[in-house]
Amino acid sequence: MHEMTRRNFLKVLGTAFAASSLAGLAKPKTGFAAGAETAEFRIKDATETTSICCFCSLGCGGIASVVEGELISFEGDPDSPLNEGGLCSKGAAQLNVVNVYDPETGDLTLNPKRLTKPKYRAAGATEWEEVEWDWIIKRIAEKVKETRDATFETVSNGVTVNRTQAIAHLGCGALPCEDLGPLQKLQRALGIVYIEHQARL
Amino acid sequence: MTNHYTDMQNTDVFIVCGSNNAENHPASMRHVNRAREKGAKLVVIDPRFTRTAAIADHYYQMRPGTDIALFGGVINYLLQNDLYNKNYVEEYTNASYLVTPEYDFTDGMFSGFTGEEGPAAYDRASWSYQIEGTTEWDTSEGGTYAWAAGEGVPEFTTPAVPQVAKDPSMQDPNCVMQLMKKHYERYTPETVSRTVGMSESDFLEICEIYASTAADDKSLNWLYAMGITQHSKGSQNVRAKSIIQLLLGNMGIAGGGIAALRGKCNIQGSTDFGLLHNILPGYNPVPSEGGAPTLRAYNEGTSHSGFWANRPRFIVSKLKEFWGEHATVDNDYCFDYLPKLGSKTNYSFMEIFEEAHAGKIKGLFSWGMNPVVGGPNSNHTRSGLAQLDWLVSVDVFENDTSNFWAVPLEEGGEATPENIDTEVFLLPAASHLESEGTITNSGRWAQWRYSALNPIGEALRDGEIMTRLLHAYQEEYAQGGVFPDPIMKLTWDYVDENGNFDSRRVAQAINGYTVEDKQLLTGFGQLQANGTTACMNWIYSGYYNNNDDPLNPAIQPCGARDASDSTVSGLSGGLKQFPQWAFAWPLNRRIVYNRASTYKDTGLARNPERILVQWNGSNWDRNDVPDFAFQRPVGTDPEGNPTFEGIHPENCPAFFMNAEYVARLFAPGMVDGPFAEHYEPYESPIDNPLSGRQTNPAALVFEETSRLGTVSEFPIVASTWRVVEHWQSGTITRNLPYLGEIMPHMFVELSEELAEEKGISTGDKVEVFNNRGTVEVYAMVTRRVKALHVDGRDVHQIGMPWHWGQVGMARGASANTLTPSVGDGNTFIPEYKAFLVDIRKVG
Repeated sequence: MHEMTRRNFLKVLGTAFAASSLAGLAKPKTGFAAGAETAEFRIKDATETTSICCFCSLGCGGIASVVEGELISFEGDPDSPLNEGGLCSKGAAQLNVVNVYDPETGDLTLNPKRLTKPKYRAAGATEWEEVEWDWIIKRIAEKVKETRDATFETVSNGVTVNRTQAIAHLGCGALPCEDLGPLQKLQRALGIVYIEHQARL
Repeated sequence: MTNHYTDMQNTDVFIVCGSNNAENHPASMRHVNRAREKGAKLVVIDPRFTRTAAIADHYYQMRPGTDIALFGGVINYLLQNDLYNKNYVEEYTNASYLVTPEYDFTDGMFSGFTGEEGPAAYDRASWSYQIEGTTEWDTSEGGTYAWAAGEGVPEFTTPAVPQVAKDPSMQDPNCVMQLMKKHYERYTPETVSRTVGMSESDFLEICEIYASTAADDKSLNWLYAMGITQHSKGSQNVRAKSIIQLLLGNMGIAGGGIAALRGKCNIQGSTDFGLLHNILPGYNPVPSEGGAPTLRAYNEGTSHSGFWANRPRFIVSKLKEFWGEHATVDNDYCFDYLPKLGSKTNYSFMEIFEEAHAGKIKGLFSWGMNPVVGGPNSNHTRSGLAQLDWLVSVDVFENDTSNFWAVPLEEGGEATPENIDTEVFLLPAASHLESEGTITNSGRWAQWRYSALNPIGEALRDGEIMTRLLHAYQEEYAQGGVFPDPIMKLTWDYVDENGNFDSRRVAQAINGYTVEDKQLLTGFGQLQANGTTACMNWIYSGYYNNNDDPLNPAIQPCGARDASDSTVSGLSGGLKQFPQWAFAWPLNRRIVYNRASTYKDTGLARNPERILVQWNGSNWDRNDVPDFAFQRPVGTDPEGNPTFEGIHPENCPAFFMNAEYVARLFAPGMVDGPFAEHYEPYESPIDNPLSGRQTNPAALVFEETSRLGTVSEFPIVASTWRVVEHWQSGTITRNLPYLGEIMPHMFVELSEELAEEKGISTGDKVEVFNNRGTVEVYAMVTRRVKALHVDGRDVHQIGMPWHWGQVGMARGASANTLTPSVGDGNTFIPEYKAFLVDIRKVG
């Protein structure tokens, strides 16, 4: 079973319901298909944190289980009156936002598509380049200042306007309120008036 | 939502029109089904036989873009047959208000047309009430508006309060009731049937179902989503619904209301917090050059009555939160630091990409957004990105927008990465499991979400990215630059002792505090216009107000987790309001307008089985927080706690967010008419049967960009929709293996009849196309979709989910390649739901 191929993995997935009792017995950081019968109960030593689903606007409660700093499970929160423990297909897939089970090894591993480093694409470049945070933040600040200062309007039609119409902002209905308040504040402090997000789309 | 999700258990009739909640808001069905166990009916009206339709008691098919024709017909039926809730309409709407005689409506056009189409098409002066006289605010000591004259309050001239002329008999030809009857008399069953593509008998069945809820003890809840709003008259679609709900007395009651099922976990919060060009946090308008460019003018735009009369308290407290000690009465609390909109009306999504194409917008932040897949007219969006000098994308995964330069552009011919000069910065954000803060659901419940683990790799929490950007700006501007003050002086006390961004500290600023000693405010009633309070968002005031430990969300209202089905005071609960679970803005009120659930004079509940609030002779019993000032402080008890006395119903007006204290059947604030009127979509298969005016004259239309097609070129009606396995533009879900495995491919749904006509079978590759582009997708031949019988002939329709793009694990064509750059004139939401295409088999 440890030599699991992708094809076998999908076969097992096809009987996921029957196998779900094994899922609970797998080693915390190993896929259920890999040696579940000898493993410890998966969430035995987990730290549980209440959460809220990241998808639609129900606000379904969830419980995230973490072992040794790794997310191993995301399930519905039975205490929430909104979903009473239930989750839809998307809600039940939230583990994958952080971790996936490697189809080859069955091991829990970081979703390979997650961004882990800042990336930069220069004008005309054909590839991304991984860069450092300090460098990219400074470079963005330079570009913002360059554009803002070249286009800043202090007065228009005789009244004070203090704006730039050359920078626009989009996003985002998936951030918490405590990020959104500061986000609009930061952009408005720059003088941005083109502010928009998914509420209109 | 006026109500909220668990309240659906109190509903007698659900009308699902413009949403497919079984698919897109699955957990809502838990509450819908609880109501059905008690006898509630589920009615689905939709172009397609959806997953919700499949389990409904009644399903009716309609043509995309004809909601107002259908609901105008229902309004006409209720009025002509006297089947509305007369007492409610008299007590709680503007039906008896007299409208100025200059108001007129002729052949699809309202009075005041300026001759130029677009969101400013109408001069709305004639859409107003007849005024008999005015009174003044009482700002003397002890007066209602004493706060407006205090020390530290910026000077402004207080507004005059108009007295509106009324005809309680509702017989005056200029009263709202008579104007409404006249407006909708054209919406006969025959015309509705011809326009909507529904038989007259089906239409009358729908009317009877509506009418059954006019009784005081019946509730109807209307579930809608983007199927209603994504039209060139989307706001008026909502208006038409609201008019019906008011006629039936279904607003402000348990199980009633209108339920906007929104699409993202915190899209309610992002709207509340003003991530939009036209509103600041808490729905205060963004000041504009031509409107209110000074604090005085801004405050003089304050509503003369109702709760918006408090605007000076909200804006001054907000400015104190923005610029802290630098904001003083002498400098108008730094009002000049706020950027002002220009004279044009539109700074929204479609305009941004027009301006990018024109070379005027040079830099773009795309923060947790993927406009290439999510916006209309995708090819135009992508080629617009290529015109930018720089693009900052912040996300958890790469997406079609961050990587736009790597995918060959269809529009604009030869563009390849080598000749796209846009500098792109892609910043890795922490996911929702790696950060914390409040998420507000569609029912306005703000729930605290805790961080389960640290950000992965070098990803950073969004607030941390903002903090680093601000500090970098400040370093740059410390060396000089244009007007640095708003940046250099910005209050940003959101970091912990180690300098890290801390959401709990932002929560305190959102809630509001006293400037002098930083005590959290109990609620927005404590906000002042004199600079002594700071508050980022007044509607959230009270959500994080426990001074015992401001760094512990678990003891704050938004962290409340007691799921008792309890009462607020004096009743027995049992109405699924859950007042001790999370915080519902404003003031933990679960159902807004709940005063209207009682009779105006007695304060007794209209439905004794579902009491939200009720006058008991000396105070109000409450299963919810009243939507009106219901008690006043009279002193203190021996322990020093304040004591209150109830306010008699005769002094408790309803709908206090409106200056009239009644709901508006006639709504003069809309740009496209005080009554909802049917117009055809900008791409339509027929001529408008309701008037000589084909399309909404006050819509936002980019004709050149849209390259609109005609029915002779593109004979098939198309729409976009969603699947439960994916979410929005798929940036997240198409990168989750679980979901990619169960829903890998983009497809188009078409009827058996159209498939036969075109020689297409399920699984074939087909091209769907119009003037804006072509998408190659798999065919899904299904009986869920059928031709529509409209205006005497059959018109085919197709539909596509819009979640796919070219970047990610599961990839496919984007349906929005085909949608036009046309939108509603009030909201600027694009017309995604009704356009024209053709389809052909590939090879």
